[in-house]
Amino acid sequence: MSKRRTPLGWLQLKHDRGRLLVALAGIAFADVLMFTQLGFQRALYDSNTRLSRALKGDIVLISPRALNLQNLASFPRRRLLQARDVPGVIDAQGIYLNTLTWKNPQTRLNATVQVLGFDPDGQVLSLPEVVAQTNKLKLPDTILFDRGARGKYAKTIARVDKGDLVTTEAERRTLTIGGLFRLGASFGADATLLASDQSFLRLFPRRDPGSISLGLLRLAPGSDDNLVAERLRRHLPEDVKVLTAAGYVAFEEGYWRTASPIGVIFGLGTAMAFVVGMVIVYQVLSTDVNAHLAEYATFKAMGFRNRYLLLVIFEQALVLASLGFLPGLILPLGIYVMASRATALPIFMTSSRALFVFMLTVVMCLASGAIATRRLQAADPAELF
Amino acid sequence: MANGSTSAVLIKRLQHHYGDGALRKQVLSDIDLEIQAGEIVLLTGPSGSGKTTLLTLIGGLRQGQSGSLIILGRELIGAPANQLTLARREHGYIFQAHNLHRSLTAQQNVRMALEMRGDLEADEMDERARAMLHSVGLDDQLEAFPDQLSGGQKQRVAVARALVGNPPLLLADEPTASLDSRSGRDVVSLMQRLAREQGCTILLVTHDNRIFDVADRIVAMEDGRLLQH
Repeated sequence: MSKRRTPLGWLQLKHDRGRLLVALAGIAFADVLMFTQLGFQRALYDSNTRLSRALKGDIVLISPRALNLQNLASFPRRRLLQARDVPGVIDAQGIYLNTLTWKNPQTRLNATVQVLGFDPDGQVLSLPEVVAQTNKLKLPDTILFDRGARGKYAKTIARVDKGDLVTTEAERRTLTIGGLFRLGASFGADATLLASDQSFLRLFPRRDPGSISLGLLRLAPGSDDNLVAERLRRHLPEDVKVLTAAGYVAFEEGYWRTASPIGVIFGLGTAMAFVVGMVIVYQVLSTDVNAHLAEYATFKAMGFRNRYLLLVIFEQALVLASLGFLPGLILPLGIYVMASRATALPIFMTSSRALFVFMLTVVMCLASGAIATRRLQAADPAELF
Repeated sequence: MANGSTSAVLIKRLQHHYGDGALRKQVLSDIDLEIQAGEIVLLTGPSGSGKTTLLTLIGGLRQGQSGSLIILGRELIGAPANQLTLARREHGYIFQAHNLHRSLTAQQNVRMALEMRGDLEADEMDERARAMLHSVGLDDQLEAFPDQLSGGQKQRVAVARALVGNPPLLLADEPTASLDSRSGRDVVSLMQRLAREQGCTILLVTHDNRIFDVADRIVAMEDGRLLQH
């Protein structure tokens, strides 16, 4: 039962419940902030790469002027034909992409959505609901609508689910919602519509059919993506950028991570939460050291080394980190659910994030403990008598 | 331990001063003192006579400056800090205030003195802490926190903590100052009885003339000098 060492740090914390609660609340607060910031940051990256990840292709062609999915620029459709000449490439599909102001079928108010236009016979998206419904796109001015869209679409979605024919207007044309699929909103777009290339070009009559936004190449089974990509780079002119599927997802994420301020802001928010947590833990630990200075000096007089007292403080830091992390982990679960309902963004807890924040918490507490140990110098056994 | 010598404390021409330059103040001058192993010595004198400074030097709580200070066969003048820490482990201390740890029970407080030595199993430490509290008459207060004990009880826990490790030397500074005369008397008798059983040398700083009778010898100090021997 009894252990070799008296867990002095823990007993000290337990003895002063008020101080313990303040410390745990502070750590939990910092953890909740960190989880929120990191969760939003991940949601930013996930939501903005969701479409990129759903593309069915081994190699993606974009314009060298492309910034992100919402700003892709365009390049000549001819490049797809040229790409087919390269050994290993067995199929090439083009996608038109543009933003469209349409009337929300439910509220009849204008809303901005992004529209993808592609050949319904060529498979470009790997989403099963899309694969099953591409035939519907062959009807003129018929589109598939994103069930995960942000905005007031619940009634529209319910009607489509019931089998009603829902129509709305955009660019003075009448669009029919032929079916639903699930993609989800992102920071770049509230909703996504899928259309055939024909319907797309009718919506945007001034768009040059020879300029596409995105090219998708399928490779022969067993080919090396990087090798073929290298061949394509040599074969195709400078007006097109060749990326592997993974490279394209990284390109999209890279824009939000570095070029857009949003990724940086969440990173800064996390750092701020870390500092706030560190200050709180430092306050608690140094107050605790101060309150026990006479006791610590007594221990020194009894022959305990300074090292022993350092260990007591680090023990306290670790206990605080572990206990404070629990509420700091549980509260964000609720916040994630609420935030993801409110924003239609994919915000959820991951075990790697939990581990990361736990490690940050431990580092935060140990660093505060290390600063608090400086107060130990004041414990002088000669002053005891 | 005393390694062939029978002196627990052997002090020659010990000097000590506080401050530097114009503020330099001599607090101990030419102290010569020898205490035999097993002796109980009381150190008395008015405030500011240097008693406490002498006690902290003997206890290894303060770095000595000049002269010779051999405690339990170990020279403490010029000894590095870690040697002083090791020397302290041979001493039991009783302070004017009990200085028990508020977050620890009576038993845990006593056990800490054994834990520091690092040579006992957990069960044995618990057993010895309980036995020691039994001998100071606190069997029923093992799990009590210091706040739940009276002043006399706290000081008895402090005595138990000081003596549980069988130290060859016990140093006490005004152990009865914060106690009423009866509990003060009890605590001192307890110290005397236990020290006799363990063969422990005691140096006790006190003003309290009601306890002078426990001493083998009384040493008085004034203005940093010993008056009689």
